[in-house]
Amino acid sequence: MSSLARNTHLVESSAPPLLIRGLRKGFADVQAVDGIDLEVRRGECFGLLGPNGAGKTTTIEICEGLTEPDAGNVELLGLNWKTGANELRQRIGIQLQETQFPDKLTVEETLRLFRSFFRKGISVDESIKTAQLEEKRRSRVGGLSGGQKQRLAMATALVGDPELLFLDEPTTGLDPQARRHLWDLVEALKLAGRTIILTTHYMDEAERLCDRVAIMDHGHVIALGTPQQLIATVGGEDIVEFAVTAKDISRAHELTLQTQHLTAIPGVQSHRVDEGLHQLSVSQLHTAVPRIFAALEEQGLHLSEFRTHSATLEDVFVRLTGRNLRDE
Amino acid sequence: MNRLQQSSLYQLTRVRFMLVWREPEAIFWIFIFPILLAVGLGIAFRDRPPDVLPVGATSAQLTRALAAEKGLRVTQMDPATGKHSLDTGAILLLASERPGGVTYEYDDTNPDARTARLLADRAIQVAAGQRESVSARNELIHETGSRYIDFVVPGLLGMNLMGSAIWGLGFAIVEARQKKLLKRMVASPMPRWQYLAAFLLSRLAMLVVEVVAFLGFARLVFGVPFRGSLLELAFLCVLTSISFSALGLLISSRARTMEAASGLMNLVMLPMWILSGVFFSAARFPAVIQPFVRALPLTAANEAFRANMLQGVAINHLIPQVGILLLWLILPFAVSLRIFRWR
Repeated sequence: MSSLARNTHLVESSAPPLLIRGLRKGFADVQAVDGIDLEVRRGECFGLLGPNGAGKTTTIEICEGLTEPDAGNVELLGLNWKTGANELRQRIGIQLQETQFPDKLTVEETLRLFRSFFRKGISVDESIKTAQLEEKRRSRVGGLSGGQKQRLAMATALVGDPELLFLDEPTTGLDPQARRHLWDLVEALKLAGRTIILTTHYMDEAERLCDRVAIMDHGHVIALGTPQQLIATVGGEDIVEFAVTAKDISRAHELTLQTQHLTAIPGVQSHRVDEGLHQLSVSQLHTAVPRIFAALEEQGLHLSEFRTHSATLEDVFVRLTGRNLRDE
Repeated sequence: MNRLQQSSLYQLTRVRFMLVWREPEAIFWIFIFPILLAVGLGIAFRDRPPDVLPVGATSAQLTRALAAEKGLRVTQMDPATGKHSLDTGAILLLASERPGGVTYEYDDTNPDARTARLLADRAIQVAAGQRESVSARNELIHETGSRYIDFVVPGLLGMNLMGSAIWGLGFAIVEARQKKLLKRMVASPMPRWQYLAAFLLSRLAMLVVEVVAFLGFARLVFGVPFRGSLLELAFLCVLTSISFSALGLLISSRARTMEAASGLMNLVMLPMWILSGVFFSAARFPAVIQPFVRALPLTAANEAFRANMLQGVAINHLIPQVGILLLWLILPFAVSLRIFRWR
């Protein structure tokens, strides 16, 4: 797996791989990016996380030099797009959302084409090996599965041996097995020390792959940190979700849950309700749960649903926006 | 990999060439279709011996007189049958005797009927003892170069070069834009001019095969003449193809969907199919629209091909046509470079 790591170790400057200051971009009807500051450190996998329409793709495409910002500065590897575009294109690797490579070319031909654009980089064979497409080397792109096409897109981003790798929603639309396969590939690249910036709207993907995550919503960064730091802001390590009905059907109209009885329980940090589903963030799950049961029993309420899970980035998003990611 | 294989221009050109080659439909339209068209037109307008014109006569004496004329096939019939045959087009002319002379019934708006009238009258006058007052001798000419197939092959060549350049370039570019491949390409360090240059280079490679196959067929099967310099003909083919490629580039420089591109291509090509003298001479259109007709690139190309192939005209006498093609190369190319949508 030698090709996972960069072959050329130049005297790398101290400039951060990516520095964004005061970035803004509006389209006709929407302010897609509304004042963003970010700094990505060398060797980390940085995630832009958020629902569709949060401004992730606009942000990453500005970084890739494909879109002009309205305001703000973007610096990559100490260079900017105005004066160093040609140099930058040689040094970054890009995988875009929904690129369709020509169906009638083979994997090898496609990669040979992309390799020819770069002054230096890894060999076509190496890129095929890295993307684990050896068996498909002579297959036409039209005959590849969704996961294989996405790995090909990744390989075209790697042939130039980039110092900085952009992956825009690399697993969107893939089946679970293909997603895991791609995660393994990204993790291997990460271990090899490459700097990666990826966007995703899958919380589990960000949690598993990213060293640091910026959560975006409506063009703003609403949270920034390691997944562990962000999850800790929810307050409890676990989330309890339940729904209730009245025990006595005739008293259903009187059904009101006295939430102060719940939040008074030691270990319960917060309460919110969404379409009849109550959510508590809880620490010390083992002592809190019996007390929750007792409090509900006391109010004459019957549990129709009950489950717990460890807090995730999804819960962070819910706490910050009051919305679920999947609602979008 | 050697240096050539590492060059991005070589790779882009090679990929373009392979993509066309692997598209069976493109192969049909570029190589097979023009040959089929030439075969069809060649059969429809093949050389036939001069027509023998059917006529009728109502008396034995007239029938004998008309039978002496080789250009006529005469049938004796009674007046009623004769009238019916005339109405149904079975004969072109009916000659009937009347006291002191002969009556011809025919449709004077039909050129064949008028010819039949002249031949029939001459035959009857000669039979009646008329002598020619001026001696005349006929020399018949059936020269290659003046047949319809000779006229139409250069036109088909021009039409084919237009179609393959505009379709080939237009659809490929708009498809790449629609599939976000264009965006992916410009996100890489690929020099943009090379992407467009690769289209032209692969077009030229294809052109050699395309033109040689078509003209070779026309030469071998129909004996179409090549009276001018082949080198100059090759130059005209290249110039025509590049001009239409530039036009194809302009058409595809903004369109986001295949439907939009397809409509634009038809809008551009349809007037030229009709006006530019592919199947019949462009000189037939009224004088008021002649300046427009002659400014079209396909008209210029067809005129130049015909002048070279049929009359052996050298290129220094084709300056106006070459000039028009050059203008159609430079202007669309310059405009499309400015307005081209890379994503």
